[in-house]
Amino acid sequence: MSVVESIPVREDPTPDSSSAVVRFAGDSGDGMQLTGSNFTQATALYGNDLATFPDFPAEIRAPAGATFGVSAFQIYFGADEVTTAGDDLDVLVVMNPAALITNLKDLLEGGLIIADKDAFTNRNLARAGYTTNPLEDGSLDAYRLISIDITKQVIAAVEPFGLSHKFAVRCKNMWTLGLVMWLFDRDKQTTIDNLNAKFAVKQDIAKANIAALNAGNSFAETAELPSGIEVYKIQKADVLPGLYKNTTGSEALALGLIAGGQLANIPLTFASYPITPASSLLHTLSAHKEFDIVTFQAEDEIAAVCAAIGASFAGSLGITSSSGPGISLKGEAISLACATELPLVVVNTQRGGPSTGLPTKTEQSDLNQALYGRHADTTLPVLASSTPGDCFDVAIEAVRLATKFSTPVLLLSDGYLANASGPWIIPDLNDYQDFHVVHETNPEGFSPANRDEDTLARVWAKPGTPGLEHRIGGIEKDFETGDISYDSDNHQKMTAIRKAKIDGIDRFIPEQAVSLGSTQGELVVVGWGSTFGAIHQAVKQCRASGSDVSHIHIRYLLPFPANLGELLKGYEKVLVTEMNTGQLVEVLKSKFLIEMQQLNKTSGQPFKIREIVDAIHSLLGGD
Amino acid sequence: MNAPEKLTLKDFATDQEVRWCPGCGDYAILKCVQRLMPELGVTRENTVFVSGIGCSSRFPYYMNTYGFHTIHGRAPAIATGVKLANPELDVWLVTGDGDGLSIGGNHMLHVLRRNVDLQILLFNNEIYGLTKGQYSPTSQLGTRSPSTPDGSVDMPLNPCLFALGAGARFVARTIDTDTKHMTPLLRRAHEHKGASFIEIYQNCPVYNDGIFDYVKDKKTAAETRLVVEHGKPLLFGADRQKGLRLNARTLSFEVVTLGEDGVTENDIMVHDETSKPLAQMLAELKTPDFPEAIGVLFCRPEQSYVDSVYQQISTVRAKKGIADLNLLLREGHTWQVE
Ligand SMILES: Cc1ncc(C[n+]2csc(CCOP(=O)(O)OP(=O)(O)O)c2C)c(N)n1
Ligand code: SF4
Ligand SMILES: [Mg+2]
Repeated sequence: MSVVESIPVREDPTPDSSSAVVRFAGDSGDGMQLTGSNFTQATALYGNDLATFPDFPAEIRAPAGATFGVSAFQIYFGADEVTTAGDDLDVLVVMNPAALITNLKDLLEGGLIIADKDAFTNRNLARAGYTTNPLEDGSLDAYRLISIDITKQVIAAVEPFGLSHKFAVRCKNMWTLGLVMWLFDRDKQTTIDNLNAKFAVKQDIAKANIAALNAGNSFAETAELPSGIEVYKIQKADVLPGLYKNTTGSEALALGLIAGGQLANIPLTFASYPITPASSLLHTLSAHKEFDIVTFQAEDEIAAVCAAIGASFAGSLGITSSSGPGISLKGEAISLACATELPLVVVNTQRGGPSTGLPTKTEQSDLNQALYGRHADTTLPVLASSTPGDCFDVAIEAVRLATKFSTPVLLLSDGYLANASGPWIIPDLNDYQDFHVVHETNPEGFSPANRDEDTLARVWAKPGTPGLEHRIGGIEKDFETGDISYDSDNHQKMTAIRKAKIDGIDRFIPEQAVSLGSTQGELVVVGWGSTFGAIHQAVKQCRASGSDVSHIHIRYLLPFPANLGELLKGYEKVLVTEMNTGQLVEVLKSKFLIEMQQLNKTSGQPFKIREIVDAIHSLLGGD
Repeated sequence: MNAPEKLTLKDFATDQEVRWCPGCGDYAILKCVQRLMPELGVTRENTVFVSGIGCSSRFPYYMNTYGFHTIHGRAPAIATGVKLANPELDVWLVTGDGDGLSIGGNHMLHVLRRNVDLQILLFNNEIYGLTKGQYSPTSQLGTRSPSTPDGSVDMPLNPCLFALGAGARFVARTIDTDTKHMTPLLRRAHEHKGASFIEIYQNCPVYNDGIFDYVKDKKTAAETRLVVEHGKPLLFGADRQKGLRLNARTLSFEVVTLGEDGVTENDIMVHDETSKPLAQMLAELKTPDFPEAIGVLFCRPEQSYVDSVYQQISTVRAKKGIADLNLLLREGHTWQVE
C-alpha cells in the first residue's frame, strides 16, 4: 500500500538543526489557528524557544478553496533565542491548492511540503488558479513533497465514532497535527488534554479528534512516509530559568492593565467599541469581572472614550481601546482629557491603513496620529510595546504615567503583537513597585487648578468628596481658580504649563538603553514597537559576523528619554526601521538634527530578519 | 448630634456670573433646579451635573455641585462613565436640542435604551443658540435662520417621541417659566430609577423668540396645553370642558366638548402613564389641531443599566471568589525551566 508520493530532490537539509520554521495553511474553516496553537504548546514543552505569527484573512468564512480565504499560522522554534516568527519556511503544511499557491513563495528551496491531495480536486485547483495539479506536474521539483490522502485517512480513523461526513472531515487538522508532531518529536498529551477540555460536553467529537491526532502520528511513525523523511531533531533552547507560559500581546496587555490598576490601587473602567485587531482586549477584560474593573461596550468609539473620561472624572481610571480608524474618532475627546487634565489610557492596536485598509494585518503607521492627531496643542505621553510579554509592562507604565501626571496616555500596540505569541516568564506582581493614587480630600486651600509642584499634575478630586465640589470643562480655565477664563495671558500660561508637564515626564522615566551592542560605533539600528524581534536578530547576526552595529529600541516616544539625542550622536550612522513610510525618522531628525537613513515596509507583514540584515550590510558596505 | 445643616437655594448657586442673554428661558430653569435641590434632600458632594456644548450646557457652571461641561453631544456617554465608575452619584445631564438630538443623537438614543440612571434635561429652544441661531433638528418646517435664509425644508424631530422610540422608561415635558409645573415633575424624574427624559420648552429671546408663546401666554394656554396626570381624564380648556376622546376605528384622538353631542366625562380618555401607545399618541399632539401634552407622558420603571452591570459583577465575583492576579497569570498551560 503506498499512499505517499514523494519527490526527494536533494539531501535532507535540516534533520539536525538549531531551528525550524513551520507554517500551517488552509481554509479559514480548516482549523489552522487551533492546529498552530496546539503545536506551539507542545513545542514550548519540548524546550525550544519560539515565536508565532497567526495570519488570518479579513473575511470570517470565505468561500471554501478561495485564495483570499487562506488562514495561516507560522511558528519559528529553536535552540537559540527566537524573537521573530522566522523568515523562510522549512516546512509548509497545505490543506488545499489555495494554501499552496499563496504560501509557496516563502518556502526554502528543498523545504518540505505536506499536502492533503484529496483537497486538490479540479474545482479547488481551478479556484486557486492552477491549470494542472502541482502535486503531479513536477512544478514542485525544487521542494520535497509529501502528498497524502489526508481526508480519506481521517474519515477512516474517525469512523468508529459515527460522526457525520462534515464533522469527520473537520478532524483533518488534528490528523495533520499528529503527523507534524511526529516529524518534530513533540508530545501529543497537551493537545489531547486540550481536546478533552474543549469538547468536554461533546465526548464523541473529543474522541474523534484524538483518534485523528493519533492516526496521523502513527501514520508517520509506521514508516509510511517516504525514505529520507525522518524526525527533525531541533536542539533545545538554553533559556532563562523560570515559570513560563505562552502569551499573545493582547492577553499580556489586558493583564498588564489589571496589574496597573492594582499597583495604582484604583478601579478601572474599560470602555471600547469592537474593531479588529483591538477587540480581543475588550473580550479578555470583560471575562475578568472578578477584578476591580468595569467593562463597557459603547455605541461607538466616541462614546467609549467619553465614558472612560467620565469614569476618570468620577475617580476611577478610564481606559479606552481601538485601532487607527477608531482612534481618529476619539480625537476630540482625547483633547478634552488634555484640557481638563484627567488621567486616561488610550490603547491603539494598529493595523494596515488608511481607512479600513488591511484590518487583519499589521503596520506602525499611527505614530504621527498618536503624536499629533488632535486639534490644538495637546501633547501627551506616547508609549509603544515591543514584544507580546512587553505589553504587560508597558500597560503598567501607561497606567503609572496617566495617574501620576493626570494626563491621557497613548499606548501603541499593533496587529502583529496582539496576535503573535511567545514564551513569557510569568511576572510576579510582588516584584513591581506600586504607585498608589491619592485623591484629594482636603477642602483647605482647595482649587481644581491646584498642581503637584514636582510633576505639575493637576489635583484629582472626585465627586462624592465633601467640600471639594467644583466644575471642570473644555473651556480654558483660570490658572489659579480653575474658573472659566478667556483671558489671553492666562491661556498662554495654561498652554505652557500643560506642555511643561508632559515635557517634564522625561525626568520620571528610565534613560534610553542600548538593547544590543555598544553605546557608540559605526551604525545603530533604531526601532520602536513590534519590529523588536526582527531588528534584534538581524543585529545579532551581523555582530556575530563582525559588523559594528547596535540596536536601540524606543519605548517612550513622547517625551523621549532625556539621553536619547546624545546617545544617537554617538554612532556614525543611524538606520531607523519602521513599518510605515518613515514617521519616527522624521521626528528624530527634526528633534535631534542628525542625518539618518531609513528602512520601511508597509506590506502588512512584519519585517524579515534578512531584510534588515541586507540594509545593515549595504550601509556598512559589507557583502 | 446636630442634624445636618439644612441647605438652601443659595448653597446650590455658584459665584460665577451667569452668562445667558437677558430674558433667556435658561434662567428660569436654573432657578427652579437650584430651588428644588434642597427640597430633594440631596448633598452637594454627591450631585453631579454633566453637560455637552451649547448655551444650555453652561448650566453646570452655575450649580455648586460637581460638574463637567464636556464636548458637543457627548454628555450622555460621559455621564454613563461617571455612573459606571460610581453608581452612588446622583447625576443630572443638561443638553440642548442640537447637542442632544443632532450631534449627540446617537448617544441620546443609547443612554435611553440602556436606561442609565440619570435625569436628562433637554432644553428645547428649536434653535442653535450658542452658534448664533442656525436652525436645529427640532426647528419647525420653514424656520428662517442664517443657514436657512429661505426657510428650513427638513422635518423636525419630536424629542419625546424620539425618547419613547429609543425605549426611555420615563418621558416628560414641561415649560421653562412654569415653575409650578416643572418642580414636581423634576422631583418625580429624580425619584425615578433609570433614565428620566424631560423635554423643556425653552424660549431663546435672541434667535427664536416667542416660539412657545402659544402654550405660555395666559390667554391661549388653556386651549393649547393638555396637562396630563396619571389616572385623570385628558381634559383642557378654560373651564376644562374640552377633552380627548379615543376614536378606536382610526386609533386617533378627537377633541370633544363635555355636554355637547351627549359627551360625558366617561367618554374622555384617562391618562395611564404606564401605557406606551398612549404616551406616543400624547407626545405627538401638536397645535393648532390639538393641545400639547405636558407632564409625565410615560413612566414604567425597569432595572437601570448600572444596577444590572453591578449585579452581574457581584454574581461573577461571588462565583469566582477573591481575585488574585498572580494566580490568573499562572493559569492555563505553564512550564518550568530549571
Ligand atoms: C464638535 C463641535 N461642533 C460644533 C460645535 C459648535 N456648536 C456649539 S453649540 C452648538 C449648537 C448648540 O445648540 P443646542 O444644543 O440647541 O444648544 P443651545 O445653544 O440652543 O442651548 C454648536 C453647533 C462645537 N462646539 N463642537
Ligand atoms: S442665545 Fe438664546 S438660548 Fe442662548 S443664552 Fe441667548 S437667549 Fe439663551
Ligand atoms: Mg437649542
